[in-house]
Amino acid sequence: MSSIHVTTQVNGDAVEFLCDTRETLLDVLRDRLDLTGAKEGCGTGDCGACSVTVNGRLVCSCLMLGVEAEGKAIETVEGIAKGEDLHPLQRKFIEHAALQCGICTPGILIAARNLLERNPDPTETEVRYWLAGNLCRCTGYDKIVRAVMDAAEEMREAS
Amino acid sequence: MALDEYKPQKGGEEFETGHDFKYVGTSPDRPDGFDKVTGRARFGADMSAPGMLFAAIVRSPHAHARILRIDTSRAEALKGVKAVVTRADFAGGLSGETWNVLENVMAGDTALYDGHAVAAVAATSALIARDAVKLIEVEYEVLAHVTDVDEAMKDGAPVIRGGAADGSVPEGLHPNVVRYHESGHGDVEAGFAEADLVIEDHFRTEATHQGYIEPHACLASLGSDGRGEVWCCTQGHWNVQKLCAALLGLDTSGLRVTASEIGGGFGGKTTIFIEPVALALSRKAGRPVKLVMSRSEVFRATGPTASASMDIRIGMKKDGTITAADGVFRLQGGAFPGAPMEMTAMCAFACYGLKNVRHVGYDVMTNRPKQAAYRAPGSPMAAFAVESVIDELCEQLGLDRIEVRLKNAAREGTRSSYGPRFQRIGLVETLEAARAHPHYSAPLKPGQGRGVSCGFWFNFGGETSVSLALSEDGSAQLMVGTPDIGGSRASMALMAAEVLGIPYEKVRVTIADTASLGYNEISHGSRVTYASGLATIKAAGDAVQKLCRRAAEKWGISEDAVKWQDGCAVPSGPNAGDFDPLPIAEITASMGATGGPISGHYEATPEGAGVSFATHIVDAEVDPETGKTSVVRYTVVQDAGKAIHPAYVEGQYQGGAAQGIGWALNEEYIYGPDGRLQNAGFLDYRIPVASDLPMIDTVIVEVPNPGHPFGVRGVGETSICPPLAAIANAVSAAAGVRMRHLPMSPPSILAALEKQAHA
Repeated sequence: MSSIHVTTQVNGDAVEFLCDTRETLLDVLRDRLDLTGAKEGCGTGDCGACSVTVNGRLVCSCLMLGVEAEGKAIETVEGIAKGEDLHPLQRKFIEHAALQCGICTPGILIAARNLLERNPDPTETEVRYWLAGNLCRCTGYDKIVRAVMDAAEEMREAS
Repeated sequence: MALDEYKPQKGGEEFETGHDFKYVGTSPDRPDGFDKVTGRARFGADMSAPGMLFAAIVRSPHAHARILRIDTSRAEALKGVKAVVTRADFAGGLSGETWNVLENVMAGDTALYDGHAVAAVAATSALIARDAVKLIEVEYEVLAHVTDVDEAMKDGAPVIRGGAADGSVPEGLHPNVVRYHESGHGDVEAGFAEADLVIEDHFRTEATHQGYIEPHACLASLGSDGRGEVWCCTQGHWNVQKLCAALLGLDTSGLRVTASEIGGGFGGKTTIFIEPVALALSRKAGRPVKLVMSRSEVFRATGPTASASMDIRIGMKKDGTITAADGVFRLQGGAFPGAPMEMTAMCAFACYGLKNVRHVGYDVMTNRPKQAAYRAPGSPMAAFAVESVIDELCEQLGLDRIEVRLKNAAREGTRSSYGPRFQRIGLVETLEAARAHPHYSAPLKPGQGRGVSCGFWFNFGGETSVSLALSEDGSAQLMVGTPDIGGSRASMALMAAEVLGIPYEKVRVTIADTASLGYNEISHGSRVTYASGLATIKAAGDAVQKLCRRAAEKWGISEDAVKWQDGCAVPSGPNAGDFDPLPIAEITASMGATGGPISGHYEATPEGAGVSFATHIVDAEVDPETGKTSVVRYTVVQDAGKAIHPAYVEGQYQGGAAQGIGWALNEEYIYGPDGRLQNAGFLDYRIPVASDLPMIDTVIVEVPNPGHPFGVRGVGETSICPPLAAIANAVSAAAGVRMRHLPMSPPSILAALEKQAHA
């Protein structure tokens, strides 16, 4: 089967790739663009470890085909920090010990940033429901929720 | 893992009480935090190699079937396919547990469960590998199967494998019963005769999966010269090295294994599944091979925990004294021996000082995947059954749940239910802290119930080897051999910093590969902070001794006249001489000219892992219309001995509680009448999500373990022991009906309510 040529944007950079029509966006990010920050935990959209944003919308990259990235703007965990400066969410996750094994962390950071872009002052319940699509098996979510709330507060004060 | 590794531990060396810590007990940022929040941390599936092939596995769709023929010719003819392997490509002549592991990694004559691997293929792309899997033809003769533990013990049940039973099994039992355990002391019948109330009940728990978010993944390279490398996510890479070498007929040292970052394990990554398959494919194809499991493969073919069928009988006096306890524990661990029924039996009554106690365990084979360790293997189900009966006794005798547990609690010197006398333990302290916690006396709303439970785990030591090398600038490189699952590098750095007297940030901790240190036992048994921590303290102490020697030589005084204080060599007293403190960086700056590099080393099999106890309090609310349970408040109280990094100790407490909530309320392996797993995905095997849980409050009790220099007890596993019972007690109180079968899913609660209404 011949590959399809795709032109897209990833973390602000113009990117071109060839892929099979059966490859998911996650396959393309990890295997063709060497962006292994997004993880495959299930491949069926249940765990959120592969979360990215596409034109600002939160999606599971395992549920989208690579060819569908044509003309879109994609953001992954690799694009959250600006140079050597971590995003407040990244700093707060480290500070609050909000990760243990860290496999869910990239997806949760992407999802949490997307939440705070829409709702800078979420309640605990809003954080919990927004992150309900991102499974974490290690932490029980307590410190994750605290880190997101604390980052939101810091970002509100800074703005 | 071998079950005897979980034997209770002897006491170790003396603990220095009143130790003032500078770094230990603080919660600094973890050293791998930056990599993990930026996406640069490399997990199992994140590594690639030039010329790499991609592999996929052919799996049995049948619960039990004889493999009559495997035809790989059509797959091999597909363009891009470079190798196909079957059982014939692995070593012969294995025995015991190594044979069991191979039999599980790749089926021999018979597929023993739905999902059992029968062949594998490597190709130039993952898509071609997947296509090739469909071209491999396997002819099966389907056999009768059994997946339920009680059914598998009955006369006439299909025999999984004749002759698998060991000498412990009494005559007359079904061949699927492969091991038997009986232990206890006193006279239980006499004890029951003294009781004012005896309650006997039957309990069941379903199999649950560890549910780590990272599927098993590896990158393997093996040449026909017998030298190979493996990169994989594992809790123990020396174990991967040893087992893979055996399964492929290699010298152990010919294989170098590097542990990647690990995306959760909880016991499930203590063994091997895909690593030998990737190595066999690599050897055949002459190229590196990457093999990554799908989520459904993880559910179907990697180890869930055992399911259990249990009978518990406890007698109590009106004043709350337990007079006797008796338990029968039947566990199925899939199509292989190894269900942790001894652990279930030995943990069941370990919280209490009992004059009369007896336990019986049965290890039963069924057509399910080979069970693997899951966080305190065997203990949570025992606590569920036992602590439920204690709750019923308290209810019927009108006694306070914590007072009764305090009255019977095991203390220092108590003869444990499983034999040895306890050394210094902290159960009473956790119960007292739970009683004093505002949660225990907070009012409940209508429709809510409160549950309490205690839990116990042995903890473990194990073979450990650690090295520490000092750099010229006085910073330290610490190499440990235990994969970091939950922040252990931070704990190791804190302990090394404490001994060396240098800032935490000056210690870099690396998880060394198998070629860089001696054998290190798996990260299991809550052993890492205890055993690697102890070895880190000793290795740092070894380096300190050498630093002091260099100072002594410089000052021209005896080595005994130098001591180490706040990162400097100083004279040990006024008689030693008058010298200014010599900082570590000054000694290391000139170490090349004063005798060579300075490093510290330690290796041992420490045996002083202190046992640990926890008490949990839960409030649950049950909706009688839907049967849905909400956990509205949760408090964990657990003895850590000494919390090296308190934030990550809290994390272990919260994580164990959350997994226990999943086990109690939702999670279960569901098999259809055809013996196939019906819920092999996160949609249908539902682990707790953020919106299911409340904040989880924690109380760290510190009763120092005499077997560790800083008093550490392992904390990872005990936290999953009390939740099942605590939640069942809360739900039973809220729903007004006793729940004796986990999970307490909405349909099962509704059925229990309906049955009670018609009773």
